[in-house]
Amino acid sequence: MDKSITLPPDEIFRNLENAKRFAIDIGGSLTKLAYYSTVQHKVAKVRSFEQNAELYEISEQEEVTARLHFIKFENAYIETCLDFIRDHLVNTGTKVIKATGGGAHKFKELIERKLGLKVDKEDEMTCLIRGCNFVLRNIPHEAFVYAKHADSEFRFQTTHPDIFPYLLVNIGSGVSIVKVESEDKFERIGGSSIGGGTFWGLGALLTKTKRFDELLQLASKGQHASVDMLVRDIYGGSYGSLGLTGDLIASSFGKSATADKGFSKEDMAKSLLHMISNDIGQLACLYAKLHNLSRVYFGGFFIRGHPVTMHTITYSINFFTKGEVQALFLRHEGYLGAIGAFLKGAEEDNPNQYSWGENYAGSSGLMSVSPEMNPMQRARSGTFDMLEMDRLERQLVNLPLLQDPSSYIPDTMDLTEDALAREYWLSCFEEALDGVVKRAVASQPDIPEAIERSEKFRQKYRHKLQTLRQQPFAYGSLTVRSLLDTREHCLNEFNFPDPYSKIKQRENDMALRYYQKAVKSLEQLSWEQRQFALVRGVLAGNVFDWGAKAVSDVLESDPEFGFDEAKRHSLRPALLLQGPPHKCALFFVDNSGVDIILGVMPFVRELLSRGTEVVLASNSGPALNDVTNGELQILTERIAAMDPVIQAGLRDDRLTLVQSGSSSPCLDLSRLDKVLAMVVRERQTDLVIIEGMGRALHTNYYARLSCESLKTAVIKNSWLAERLGGKLFSVVFKYEVPPGKPSQEDSSAPSTPS
Amino acid sequence: MHYLHRGDDAECNGSPAKRCRLRRRTESVRRSRPPFPWFGMDIGGTLVKLVYFEPVDITAEEEQEEVENLKSIRRYLTSNVAYGKTGVRDVHLELRNLTMCGRTGNLHFIRFPTQAMPRFIQMGRDKNFSSLHTTLCATGGGAYKFENDFRSMADLELLKLDELDCLIRGLLYVDRVSFNGHPECYYFQNPADTESCVKKPCTLEDPFPMLLVNIGSGVSILAVYSENDYKRVTGTSLGGGTFLGLCCLLTGCETFEEALEMASKGDSTNVDKLVKDIYGGDYERFGLQGSAVASSFGHMMSQDKRDSISKEDLARATLVTITNNIGSIARMCAVNEKIERVVFVGNFLRINTVSMKLLAYAMDFWSKGQLRALFLEHEGYFGAVGALMELLKTTEDP
Repeated sequence: MDKSITLPPDEIFRNLENAKRFAIDIGGSLTKLAYYSTVQHKVAKVRSFEQNAELYEISEQEEVTARLHFIKFENAYIETCLDFIRDHLVNTGTKVIKATGGGAHKFKELIERKLGLKVDKEDEMTCLIRGCNFVLRNIPHEAFVYAKHADSEFRFQTTHPDIFPYLLVNIGSGVSIVKVESEDKFERIGGSSIGGGTFWGLGALLTKTKRFDELLQLASKGQHASVDMLVRDIYGGSYGSLGLTGDLIASSFGKSATADKGFSKEDMAKSLLHMISNDIGQLACLYAKLHNLSRVYFGGFFIRGHPVTMHTITYSINFFTKGEVQALFLRHEGYLGAIGAFLKGAEEDNPNQYSWGENYAGSSGLMSVSPEMNPMQRARSGTFDMLEMDRLERQLVNLPLLQDPSSYIPDTMDLTEDALAREYWLSCFEEALDGVVKRAVASQPDIPEAIERSEKFRQKYRHKLQTLRQQPFAYGSLTVRSLLDTREHCLNEFNFPDPYSKIKQRENDMALRYYQKAVKSLEQLSWEQRQFALVRGVLAGNVFDWGAKAVSDVLESDPEFGFDEAKRHSLRPALLLQGPPHKCALFFVDNSGVDIILGVMPFVRELLSRGTEVVLASNSGPALNDVTNGELQILTERIAAMDPVIQAGLRDDRLTLVQSGSSSPCLDLSRLDKVLAMVVRERQTDLVIIEGMGRALHTNYYARLSCESLKTAVIKNSWLAERLGGKLFSVVFKYEVPPGKPSQEDSSAPSTPS
Repeated sequence: MHYLHRGDDAECNGSPAKRCRLRRRTESVRRSRPPFPWFGMDIGGTLVKLVYFEPVDITAEEEQEEVENLKSIRRYLTSNVAYGKTGVRDVHLELRNLTMCGRTGNLHFIRFPTQAMPRFIQMGRDKNFSSLHTTLCATGGGAYKFENDFRSMADLELLKLDELDCLIRGLLYVDRVSFNGHPECYYFQNPADTESCVKKPCTLEDPFPMLLVNIGSGVSILAVYSENDYKRVTGTSLGGGTFLGLCCLLTGCETFEEALEMASKGDSTNVDKLVKDIYGGDYERFGLQGSAVASSFGHMMSQDKRDSISKEDLARATLVTITNNIGSIARMCAVNEKIERVVFVGNFLRINTVSMKLLAYAMDFWSKGQLRALFLEHEGYFGAVGALMELLKTTEDP
């Protein structure tokens, strides 16, 4: 055992002070530890003041949130780790540690002695299934298809709202094939003794190579055709009438009985790998067919992120099902047992009642185990792999108005598959980092250690960007949204909950002063002119965005850059509000300040006047200068005090403010606050308006809704504008009517400014 | 099989030899009976299976007319039980006094390694086989692979036949004519109990549908609904070739017989990890018995155990692993295809009681008695028989 290893307390086994409910999964070579902890960190709050010069008071308060920690390390470190945990465990009522995995028995005594906790064993397969259900439900992009020769090796699957039924093929030393029908209902429908242990055991005998990883290495370099008897060795070509091609293996190791020469280790390892992968794939297909299941997930140490085995299993499944079934793999496959054991122990906390989200700041992400593929990984910190999940305040569900939830993909562009775009955005985020750090420090002027924290943030986020450059698939599909969200997670991690709070406050305050004037000038216009002006107003307002570099540059350098200025950048509108009024409009809003107050609110006012109810959906937590639900509550009250239409709307409950459940500058319509979904359903919402680059362009540009929708944004990024065939400050104004409903006008974006 | 038994034996009885011969000749012309020699050949990945029909009703005159090299072929094949270093005649399988195409004779079963194929073709040239104007009916992959060699080296044209067609036709024929009065088919009674497990003859009456599992170098699994209606359900590359190949690499043995001999003395539980090795007993949550194999070769992950394992144990584990896997796939196919009768054939089963009993047990145990494993005495020769029948059929229907 490597005794010299020292564990940095702020990097690994974090938040042990408040840890409780431990679970451990000890496999053949890796140990996975799970615990529940609470994290105290700052959150931004706003509070209204009646008698004050300030619009509202901003404060940063300490808040305690729940977090799940999962750490994976080599069994060799188990004693060091247990010591570390014992030393840092401050105060917990914990008496028991849930344990699973083949090694749980072996280390039982050690764990009990070191930690003073009673080891309570849980059934391995039950834990595995529980863990699998949990990750499939809570982590978008958990499952992926592996394609060795594609541009991006990992093709992530969108999470289906309904995860059951599925088949889990767990390839440990043997193979278990489990059919999972619901949270509690699953059955081992079959298995095979030819599994990872066969590859390892037989491989070690044949090649005198001891380690599993080394065997895989050998296999990846070998040529199986020298060892296997192929169809062409028997037929001289293909067996045409059966459609068997010449390169198919007719008999594994079929040449080794007659060859007079020896074989290379590589070739034998490769032949063995094919033999076992094909066999498992074949059995999996036979079971999938018998039980009529199309979702088949593969896990176990034979798979565990090894590109070689993922490739051969994928190949086998493709072959035996003629492409009808896809082999699916899981990003957090290694953690399933530990997660499941933890959940078994935490049943009284009802973890399945909450929604959880992967914390990008605290999680290592998917690492390729192949050293050639991933030179970074074997750095010291690579010894410890981590997954952290935050308990979300609210339960998240689909927007009921999604046309087909199972095919909905929030993100417009998958940077994992688009190398050019990936390069651009990674550089873009890298370049913007200085500004973000500066902004973060400025948001906490009275706190001297903010600079130190901001540097830590910089390091962390830069490291994430570097990792993503190497392994774009680390956190699922790489998207502009995931880059933005990762930044938010990192900022939160270092207690910068709302770097834009002061700016937002100032801009909200300023915009409020113009509200009445703006409404008045709109009222003086003819109906038709007003419609144009309203749409122009929304678009002009949306130009004010600190999140967009092109704009923040102007805003930084030109304090006189005003609303009228911005309006000139805008364009022709569409006649959205013709015809009979809508029953209810759901409006996903974007920035604070001019955008929400002078752009959105007058539009809301018009909708209300037409007899349309309005639901304003804003972020639950801060992200960039986006208006939060807390801020919007205050702003709306202020506006109501000036504007009888808004006031009546609030009073009669025809204007409702809801939170989206998200703290992202983007929008995932499959993960929205349950209350929002309920309100949308109750009010029979028949119009959805999504505003801003993050929500209507980076995400949801292609989203199909079952009612009329309008996606509108100003393209404040010249690269993106160019890519979409427009210019900087071009406008997206995408009005869509679902099939079967009469269209008013379908204008597609982008259009250049008029 | 209308062309097989015409009852023309009676015509010959009591007739002078000459008249009989005359009649037979005219009949032969009328029915265009193929000239001797009658061969059927199945050239597989590992073994060549050859069936030879030795007519025993040859008249003196016929014998006089018989060309010398035809005679010498007949004598060579019927008076030897071994040919060269590797050719073997399975005397115990010989079908005696069989009537085929109006002729009575013995059907001989001969096998030699596919590796010896060039020498066999060479022999065909040396014996001037092409002068006999016989059609050489061949099936198996080798019929395609060696077609050019036959043509260029021995001036012989092969009639290439599909191996699965031949397999089924040959199997049904041999079952029908029976094994010298005894049933061709058998099963194992009490497969769950090694002590009382015994081989029992049975008939393959009303054979359809059947799942036919042909275990040669690799494995093909067919669902057979009638003689001409079948489909290949699937196959696996883990077959007889895998068993022998791995055994050679693991133990240094050289022949199938050697490998089986070692396997018969070994104990696979020293090599395989059982459920009880992992769970201490049965895995009750999933109804797995402690004695079930959890991981084939699983113990071999440990260096200590690798260092102390015997060749016999390794051979046994290889045999058990391959056999159980075939059993498992066959069982799944039977369930998917809704077929209850599973017939195992192929040369992997030759002198391989261990595998047959394992298959019998696996079918019975995992299906809770629903499935029955059946075996046939002429294991690997059905393709060759089927090829021979094609010879008799094609020449009959011009």
